[in-house]
Amino acid sequence: MTEMVYGTVRVRDSEPVLPKWWRTIDKWSLSCILILFAIGILLGLAASPPLAERNGFEAFHYVQRQAIFGTVALIALVVTSLMSPVLVRRLAVVAFLVAFVALAFLPIFGTDFGKGAVRWYSLGFASLQPSEFLKPAFIIVAAWMMAASQEIGGPPGRLWSFFLVMAIVLMLAMQPDFGQACLILFGWGVMYFVAGAPMFLLLGMAGMVVLAGMFAYNNSEHFARRIDGYLNPDIDPTTQIGYATNAIQEGGFFGVGVGEGQVKWSLPDAHTDFIIAVAAEEYGLVLVLFIICLYASVVVRSLLRLMKERDPFIRLAGTGLACMFGVQAMINMGVAVRLLPAKGMTLPFVSYGGSSLIAMGISVGMLLAFTRTRPQGEIGDILRGRLR
Amino acid sequence: MIRTPLRPLARILEARQKGENPDAIERENLRIRHEQMRDTARVRAEGRLLVLGVAFFCAFAITGARMATLAASEPAEPRAHTQGASIVSSRADIVDRKGRILATNMDTYSLYAHPQQMIEPERAAQALAGIFPDLDEARLLRDFTGNRKFVWVRKKLSPEQKQAVHDIGEPGLLFGPREMRLYPNGTLAAHVMGGTRFGQEGVHSAEVVGSAGIERYFDALLRDPAREGAPLALSLDLTVQAAVERVLASGMMLMNAKGAAAVLMDVHTGEVVSIASLPTFDPNDRPMPPVTGSPADSPLFNRAVQGVYELGSTFKIFTAAQAMDLGLVAPETQIDTKPPMRVGGFNIGEFRNKNYGTLSIEEIIIHSSNRGTAKLALQIGNERQQDFLRKLGFFEPTPVEITEAQGGQPLLPKTWTDLSSVTISYGHGLSSSPLHLAAGYSAIANGGYAVKPTLLRQPGPQYGPRVMSERAAERSRVMLRKVVTEGTASFGEVKGYQVGGKTGTADKPRERGGGYYDDKVIATFATIFPAHAPEYVLVVTLDEPVDTMGEKPRRTAGWTAVPVAAEMIGRIAPLLGLRPDYGVPDPIHLASD
Repeated sequence: MTEMVYGTVRVRDSEPVLPKWWRTIDKWSLSCILILFAIGILLGLAASPPLAERNGFEAFHYVQRQAIFGTVALIALVVTSLMSPVLVRRLAVVAFLVAFVALAFLPIFGTDFGKGAVRWYSLGFASLQPSEFLKPAFIIVAAWMMAASQEIGGPPGRLWSFFLVMAIVLMLAMQPDFGQACLILFGWGVMYFVAGAPMFLLLGMAGMVVLAGMFAYNNSEHFARRIDGYLNPDIDPTTQIGYATNAIQEGGFFGVGVGEGQVKWSLPDAHTDFIIAVAAEEYGLVLVLFIICLYASVVVRSLLRLMKERDPFIRLAGTGLACMFGVQAMINMGVAVRLLPAKGMTLPFVSYGGSSLIAMGISVGMLLAFTRTRPQGEIGDILRGRLR
Repeated sequence: MIRTPLRPLARILEARQKGENPDAIERENLRIRHEQMRDTARVRAEGRLLVLGVAFFCAFAITGARMATLAASEPAEPRAHTQGASIVSSRADIVDRKGRILATNMDTYSLYAHPQQMIEPERAAQALAGIFPDLDEARLLRDFTGNRKFVWVRKKLSPEQKQAVHDIGEPGLLFGPREMRLYPNGTLAAHVMGGTRFGQEGVHSAEVVGSAGIERYFDALLRDPAREGAPLALSLDLTVQAAVERVLASGMMLMNAKGAAAVLMDVHTGEVVSIASLPTFDPNDRPMPPVTGSPADSPLFNRAVQGVYELGSTFKIFTAAQAMDLGLVAPETQIDTKPPMRVGGFNIGEFRNKNYGTLSIEEIIIHSSNRGTAKLALQIGNERQQDFLRKLGFFEPTPVEITEAQGGQPLLPKTWTDLSSVTISYGHGLSSSPLHLAAGYSAIANGGYAVKPTLLRQPGPQYGPRVMSERAAERSRVMLRKVVTEGTASFGEVKGYQVGGKTGTADKPRERGGGYYDDKVIATFATIFPAHAPEYVLVVTLDEPVDTMGEKPRRTAGWTAVPVAAEMIGRIAPLLGLRPDYGVPDPIHLASD
């Protein structure tokens, strides 16, 4: 005590990092994420051998890659969630600038891997999709701008963020990558909603989305075919949706058995966009409902924790990240059960994919960093008698 | 709204008096206001976050529920639906007058390939070339290994071929159900049937479209779903048709003709009971139209309907019948047929320049005198002659229900002079089809009513307008009978069936340069039987026949078309249900008498 008082022993002015992290982190969400990742590896064992066979690799080549990328992603997740919100914001702004420039230069240096849309940088050992990293970084930047606009005498951050999102959506639409564009637009919209968007403006925006959809339907054959396929009550069994529906029906409640599934042999995207069909066929409805519960609990828990948050920046950024995570999972599963028109979207942490997995790790890491319990100044409310 | 100032004057003044910094008050107020603003924002955000949370929960719940309903439903056998309106492929059968099948449908399969799904394209191409010798292996391999996603291999497969393809075991080779048109009788009545082809084709079905004949004429009717596949009943009789074609084919061979046609018509209804044209083809495998040579020499050409010929002396009976109908002459009226006779600067001659002297009308027909009929024609006058022939149907294509009928447009003189009138009276200068002739003879046979040739079964007699008196028709029939018993068609007698008829031998016009061949004829025999109460008209036409059994080649109808027709009647009359009439039988003598 004496030493402490007189300063001969350095007193730690704060709690140790890891214990504090463990105490404040949302352990339920973290567990859900880890379980999802494990399920991803499990399904990868089932879904990726046909792909490996087609591409001439040994059977579990893609599972190994998924494990390596997954480890990197989990490390990124933990490291990010250790950071303070301010540090997260600073790094994200830097990352945003880098990703934005990378996206802008995509038409010049990017490749399309023969898929008709220039979305990737080829790094030799792996491919990199800048929009995957841009998404979470943009959420942070936009949240920062909107929070700043709530200060008295602050900058017109909402307007700035609107211009920013429009620029990004335009660039993505040019690739074309309507899926990511919609996702970014959705993330921004949700943040704007929570930041207190006027109601009539929200209705107007909904109208704009409908108009834009009609325009795309009339002008893009690709888009029109997807919508027609969705509206048609009959399923063409030779389409991916047809195979997926059949797989879900075959699976029933408890599945056809591990490794017994057939859909993975006929679906080209069984390991990414339609992994839920593989899960439904081999493990049945039980596993699918479990996966849905995991996603729902991460999203709903995060949103409920953010309700208590007083810092507008943290609240907005957390909302954006959580909603984007949830919506991505929902679109993927909604397409497989024909609730939504066909749109390629990976199932976060479960689908195979290098850069998307790492980007998802970082983005969920940031979400966990924002949802950590921290003093919210309730005592001040009590003292001021303003506690409701 | 009352704005509360950030710097309330009262407090500022108070602070100044106390010597405090008034800016602190402003900062304090600013802080409080800021906090209030954040609080309202927070409360609003709390509400909206709750909305978001509930929305997400609901969305996930719906996805889960949908997943559950899907998992609970039974997987259906994958069945592709056809885009848009499905192709109606069921086509009505065609049957003969007694309901026997002439054309029907058979379920078969088409063969197509999805090269993307192929495991061993090389082996598949090799095996297919082995099964179908007409397929080119190199080309198949190129199709199977290229970028194509869909390749038609065969449109129709036999069951054996299908099994053989199945045994290749290649998943990229697929079968599509097909309904194909089948003519179980092969070449029988080929020209009436015509044929079909595939119209709009899909993987799961193909449209069968009539390409010729009655299939094309009644294409819409045969495919009409409202008829629910009720068969189309024709006037043809399958067994009679078979007998007619058989006899005609052997007669054509025996007489060294290059083509032949026969029409058998019911004189009361105009029903075509049998119609044949040789050479023929198989409608199951309809040949392509010829690209070289005359289309009239192609097996596809229907000589009985499309072929228009100068049918020669068979027309003489029309002239005689009209003259008698008009009351100009009676059968016994004597006509001077001695040469010379010149009309319009042309000399009218007889066969082999004979001189018959003075003949009765009956004898003119029996001996087939050109000058005799020419004189009758001049008496009738060309206005009345045209009118008569028009009523008999010689001015229009026959209205029979096959698409080719429109091609049988009769060739008429451009200006109908006295010379035209004279030559047409004995069958030159007007070309018509054997079917026209049969319809014309029917009017004489049924007592003077025009009939409309038809290929559809009729419920009863279908008389058109009267074209001659009962008496003139009756007298003409007697003359026709005498042509067989006493005249040029003596080979035409068939015991028990009282055949009457008129021969016609017309020189064929040269294709170019005008004039006629010396050694090419169209020999026709138009008959009615039984002559006392005719039921049927049979017209047999041989193209360029020559009978080489005698000392010198004989080409006249009496030596060529008549024996063929007689043989035909001998075979078909019993099939048609005609009772033979051998006259009064000899009295029966008992052996004991």
